[in-house]
Amino acid sequence: MSKLARQVGLPKLPAALSPIGRFRALSFPYRAPSTPRGVRPLRPKARTGADYDTDWSRRPPARLARAAIIEGPMRLAVASLAAPDRRGADRLAATKGPVIFAANHHSHIDTPLLLTSIPEPWRHKMIVGAAADYFFGTRITAALSSLVIGAIPIERSKVGRRSADLAAELIDDGWSLLIFPEGGRSPDGWGQPFRGGAAFLASKTGVPVVPIHVEGTGRILRKGRSLPRPSTTSVTFGRPITAEDGENATRFGARIEREVAALADETSSDWYTARVRAHASESPELTGPDANGWRRTWALGDRSRGSKSRKRRWPDI
Amino acid sequence: MASDSRRTAPRPGLVLDVDQSTPPVLFHHGEGFRLEKLPADRSRIIYPAEPLPGLPDPDESIRQALLNPIEDDPLPSLLTPGMKLTIAFDDISLPLPSMRKPDIRQRIIEQVLDMAAAASVDDIHLIAALALHRRMTEDELRHCLGDRVYDAFAPQGAIYNHDAEDPDGMVELGLTRHDEQVTMNARAAESDLLIYVNLNIVSMDGGWKSTATGLSGYSGIRHHHNVATMQKSKSFMDRHKSELHHSNWRQGEVIKKNGPRIFQIETTINNNTFGYDGPMSVLQKREWEWTAKDRATFIGMKKGLDMMPTAAKRAIFNGWKAPYELTSVQAGDVEAVHEVTLEHCFKQHLVPVEGQTDVLTFGLPYICPYNVNSVMNPILVMCLGLGYFFNMYRGKPLVREGGVLIMSHPTPWEFHPVHHPSYIDFFEQVLSDTTDPLELEAKYEKQFAEDEWYIHLYRNSYAYHGVHPFYMWYWGASALQHLGRVIIVGGDKRAVRRLGFQPASTMQDALEMASDVVGPAPSITHLHNPPILMADVT
Repeated sequence: MSKLARQVGLPKLPAALSPIGRFRALSFPYRAPSTPRGVRPLRPKARTGADYDTDWSRRPPARLARAAIIEGPMRLAVASLAAPDRRGADRLAATKGPVIFAANHHSHIDTPLLLTSIPEPWRHKMIVGAAADYFFGTRITAALSSLVIGAIPIERSKVGRRSADLAAELIDDGWSLLIFPEGGRSPDGWGQPFRGGAAFLASKTGVPVVPIHVEGTGRILRKGRSLPRPSTTSVTFGRPITAEDGENATRFGARIEREVAALADETSSDWYTARVRAHASESPELTGPDANGWRRTWALGDRSRGSKSRKRRWPDI
Repeated sequence: MASDSRRTAPRPGLVLDVDQSTPPVLFHHGEGFRLEKLPADRSRIIYPAEPLPGLPDPDESIRQALLNPIEDDPLPSLLTPGMKLTIAFDDISLPLPSMRKPDIRQRIIEQVLDMAAAASVDDIHLIAALALHRRMTEDELRHCLGDRVYDAFAPQGAIYNHDAEDPDGMVELGLTRHDEQVTMNARAAESDLLIYVNLNIVSMDGGWKSTATGLSGYSGIRHHHNVATMQKSKSFMDRHKSELHHSNWRQGEVIKKNGPRIFQIETTINNNTFGYDGPMSVLQKREWEWTAKDRATFIGMKKGLDMMPTAAKRAIFNGWKAPYELTSVQAGDVEAVHEVTLEHCFKQHLVPVEGQTDVLTFGLPYICPYNVNSVMNPILVMCLGLGYFFNMYRGKPLVREGGVLIMSHPTPWEFHPVHHPSYIDFFEQVLSDTTDPLELEAKYEKQFAEDEWYIHLYRNSYAYHGVHPFYMWYWGASALQHLGRVIIVGGDKRAVRRLGFQPASTMQDALEMASDVVGPAPSITHLHNPPILMADVT
C-alpha cells in the first residue's frame, strides 16, 4: 500500500497512523520478547533432522500417493535404469507380520529398487530408515523423503533413543522397516561393517530380519556421481532370521552381516557353493580385502557377475 | 469372516441326501463346468472335508523331520564328506494341479542340501523319479526345485530326468520271492545314500512305490502294472488291499537288501485346490452356501469359458497354481514313514459313507497325473474316471457290482503329439480292435513297450513311454470288471464309443440309459469334486 500510495502521490502518514507502524509499535506481550544480553538464548525447536515429525506421511492420503508413486514412476524408472533380477522372494512365503529388511548399500538407487522389489504384503506398509542429517536436512527434503519413500529419520552421527523408539513403535504397529545397516553408501564399491541398529530393533521388537543383498546399483549411481548410468542389478532375499536365545544385538548384527555376505556369494557363484562356504565360515566378506588403493578396486572384479550378453558366434562383417 | 472360520475350523466331509430344495450340483466337465439337478429322495452327494489348516511354520517342521526322523538316524549324521549322495523326487505328475511357489519339494531339498553343504558333500545328483512318464522340461524342474537349486546343479549336469531305457543307466537288484525283477536307476543304486523326496496328494503315492516304481524301468514295473494285479487291487488307494502295492513292497524288500540306504521324506498337503478367495474359490464351496458374489463369479466364469476356444481354456487352467499347504512332513525309514503319511492323508480325504449305490456320478476335471501342461485325451479320461475316481474308496466300491458309472467330460478326440505319441496309435490301432484289457495286454503290450521309435521319443523328446497307454487302460481294468455300464455325458460320441462306453447328451438321458441296467428309480451317489475326497464305505 505504501508503494502504491507513493506512486499516486499520497502524502506520507505519520508512523503512529500507518497500520505497519502501529504493528511495529506493539510490544511484549503482543510481540515476542527479546533475549537479554548475557543470557544464552534457548535453541529454537528443531523441525528438521531427527526431530522432523513424519506422522503425516503414514496417514491414508500420503500412503495412497506413495503407493501411486512407487507403482508408477518409480517402478518405471527402476525398470529402465536398473533392470533388476529379483531372487529369493519365495523364502518369505511362510513369513507373516512386520519384518526388518536389512540390505547392503551402494547407491541412492537402492531404496527405489528395494521398494519396488519387496513383495506384498510388506511393500506398501513400509518405513525406510534414512539418515537424519542427509535426508531430513531441510524441510523440503524431509517432506519429500517422507512422502516418496516413507522415510523416518535415523541418527547416524550419535546414539539417540528417539530414532530407535520411533522405529520400534512403528514396527509394533505393524509397519515393516527397510534399513541399511552400513549407515551410508559404499565409498569404493565394497561394503562397510554393519552397525547394530537392525539387530537391536529386531531384538527389541521380536520381529525377524530379512537379509537382502543388492548388487549392481553402484554401477548406476555410485557415491559421488550425480547422473545415473543404466546397468543391470540383482536383488536377493535371504531367509528370515531371528535373534536366538542369549544372542545379543552385536552377535546378531554380525550374523545378519554374514547372511548378507552369503547372499552376495550366492549371487556371484551359485547357491550350493555359497552354502558350503557359509557353513565353513568361508563366505567372502562384504568389506573386501584388507588392503588399500588399487588392490581393493582390483579385487572388486572378482565379485561382479559374469556378463549376460551372448557371445557372438560370428564376427560382424 | 467365513473364510477365516474355514481356515481355522474346517468342517468334515458330509453325505447329503438330495431333496426338492437341494440346488443343482456342480460337475467338473473338462475345462468347463455343468450344474446338474439330481433326482430327489434317491440321490445323495458326498462332499469333501474342507481344507485342513497347513503347518504354521513349514520350514521349521521340515527341519525337525530331518533332525528327528522315524526309525532312522538324524539326516546330518548320515552325511559325510566324499560320499555319493542322490536325491530323487516326485515328478510333474504331483501335485495336481501344480502348486504355487515355493513347491514343497524345493523347501525340502533346499534344507537337505543345506545340511549336505554343512557336511561338505560334493558328489550330489538330483533325479526326477519319473519311471516311464515324460521328461520334465527346464521350466517344470525350476518350478519344482526352485531357481537356486537348479542354477547350482544343472550347469554341471547334476539335475536330470530318470531314464529307464538307458542301457548303462539301470541296474538289476535281484528277484522278489514272487520272482519279480527289481531294477533301479544305476546312480541311485550305487549311491551311499538315496534321499527320496515325496509329495502325497492321495494315499496311493509314496512308500516303496516311490523308489520301486519311480526309479525303475519296464522290466520292473511290468510286474505290477498289469491287468491281473490291477484287477486284484481293491482299491489302489488302500495300500493294504492293493496288489499293486503288495508287489511294490516285495520289490522294496529287495531294494532294502541289495540296494542303497534310503532316507525317505514324505509329505501330505491339504485339499485347498482353488483357495479361499478369488474367482476359483467358488468351486470348492458347497452350492447352497454360494453367495451372490459367488454366483455372479461362477456365471461369468462359465459363460466366458463356454465362449473360449479350447486352447485358451487349457492355457488358463494349466496356468492355475494351487495354494496347497503342507499338513505333515515325516522322514526316515520308508515303511514307518509311510504309515504316518497315510494317517495324514486319510485325515483330509476320508468321508464315511454307508452302503453302495446303483449309479455313481462324478465330473472329471481338466487334469490328471499324465496331462500336466498337455491334453486330456480319451484314454486319460478313461484312466482318470475308472482308474482314479472309481478307486477313491476304502472298504467297498461306492457303486455296487454291475452298477452304472456316469461321468461328465467333453472327451475330445485329441492327443498331444509330443507327449502322447504312442497313445495315438493305441487309440487308433489297439482300441479299434479290442477294449478287453487282458486281450490287448497279450496281443499288443510287448510290441509297444519295445518299439524303438517310442523309446527314442521317451529318452530324447518329452514323450510318455510306448507302453504307457496300456498302463492307463489297465488302471481302469478293475472298474471295467466291476461295472455294468459306463456312460459319458457331453463327450465326443465317436471317441466315447471307441472307448467302449456309451455317450449321453444330458444327465437326464444318462440316468434313463442307466435304468436299462440297474432298473427304474435306482439309487444315485454323486462324488463331489473339487476337491479330492475318498469314501470310507461300510
